[in-house]
Amino acid sequence: MPNPLSNDTFEAVVLPHLDAAHNLARWLMRDAASAEDVLQEAMLRALTYFPSFKGVNPRGWLLQIVRNTAYASMNLNRGVDLVPITTGSDEGEDVIARLPSGEDDPETTLIKARERERVRQMIAALPIELRETLVLRELEELSYKEIADVTHTPIGTVMSRLWRARRLLAQAARRDEAA
Amino acid sequence: MPDCNKVLLVQAELDGELGAAEAASLAAHRAECPICQTAAAELMQARALIRDDLYQPVADDVRQRIMAALDAARPARRPQPSAAATPALPQWWRGWWSPWWSSGASFGLGAACAAVLAFFLIMPAMPPGLTEQVVAGHVRALQPGHLQDVASEDRHTVKPWFDGKLDFAPPVKDLAAAHFPLTGGRLDYLDGRPVAALVYQHDKHLINLFVWPGAGDEAPQTAERQGYNIVHWSQDGMNFWAVSDVEMAQLKQFAADWRRTP
Repeated sequence: MPNPLSNDTFEAVVLPHLDAAHNLARWLMRDAASAEDVLQEAMLRALTYFPSFKGVNPRGWLLQIVRNTAYASMNLNRGVDLVPITTGSDEGEDVIARLPSGEDDPETTLIKARERERVRQMIAALPIELRETLVLRELEELSYKEIADVTHTPIGTVMSRLWRARRLLAQAARRDEAA
Repeated sequence: MPDCNKVLLVQAELDGELGAAEAASLAAHRAECPICQTAAAELMQARALIRDDLYQPVADDVRQRIMAALDAARPARRPQPSAAATPALPQWWRGWWSPWWSSGASFGLGAACAAVLAFFLIMPAMPPGLTEQVVAGHVRALQPGHLQDVASEDRHTVKPWFDGKLDFAPPVKDLAAAHFPLTGGRLDYLDGRPVAALVYQHDKHLINLFVWPGAGDEAPQTAERQGYNIVHWSQDGMNFWAVSDVEMAQLKQFAADWRRTP
């Protein structure tokens, strides 16, 4: 039911969650460009469906749209592009963009950036259903119930996925330290 | 996985998901269970790895492009006299197609564009808000005393009951021969308007069929939410949304029987 007035509240209700939407898209997709494509399409879908949104959890609603869009996009691209795009330039820029922080000396900053990149790779290496559960919990700080809603998964499955994700992460960290 | 069925509770406690009573009884167990102690240590180790700087907020240039795309999509979403020229495309599609078209190759998608187009024309996405509302309506109806306002297996009783309660006359069909007997009906509220809800039965399962006026003729589409199956379609100027815990194949059969029955 198109209602021009509801566009005004789209700004107030949905746009505050653009960062969350990007964060999830970026963790689901392999590179920044496809994450942006997914984000754009998801936001446009959200704009279209917004008049029929009557829930109380716009962030969960938006994340659900982002996730559906990302999965649809991955299914479409399957077979078209099986070779992972190297993260080199993309992530390099990302690291450099975060480097100047002023409060640390350059060496500490570099170590921090390396550490962050190391953990990022460990999380990126997780199977997607574990990765999304972990990201929704640890970075978006959603409750189990909210994660269950966003991922259309029973809460018991959310709990066991989270557990597996964390174990794999802890194991990877131990291997990393040993090496 | 360590062999103690409480490790997921240990995790739930660390995530702040347990009530005080549960947490207390778990603490007693944990004090005596080496498996749970190891699990707790491992979980805390994993959690310590993930710091806030892994959060990836949207960059300014991306934000600007998204905002521009949203602005470009807006006029296309409003009802326009020219809308009749492209009736086959859903409005949101026209909306997000146009900025792509005008900003040319910047997305570098090439053939993927065609694939996306084909995908969405074949499988138009269902509006998520409405799907959730339909499931919520179904779940609400299953609570004691909410299922039906008029209980009858006779469609000649159920149909007149809606007279004067709605601004339309919902079709009511008898599908007992197809093993979907009618059990009654009630009023419900969906998508910002009062709708008719017809209740059918299949074995021990209930099917809620929500009906309200719509346009066009759409083949059935399916969805699944919270363990419930949903089939929706439109015909004869009405929208139909069937939701139930019966298997999808049976719900599709229900939709097919409904569509066939005069």
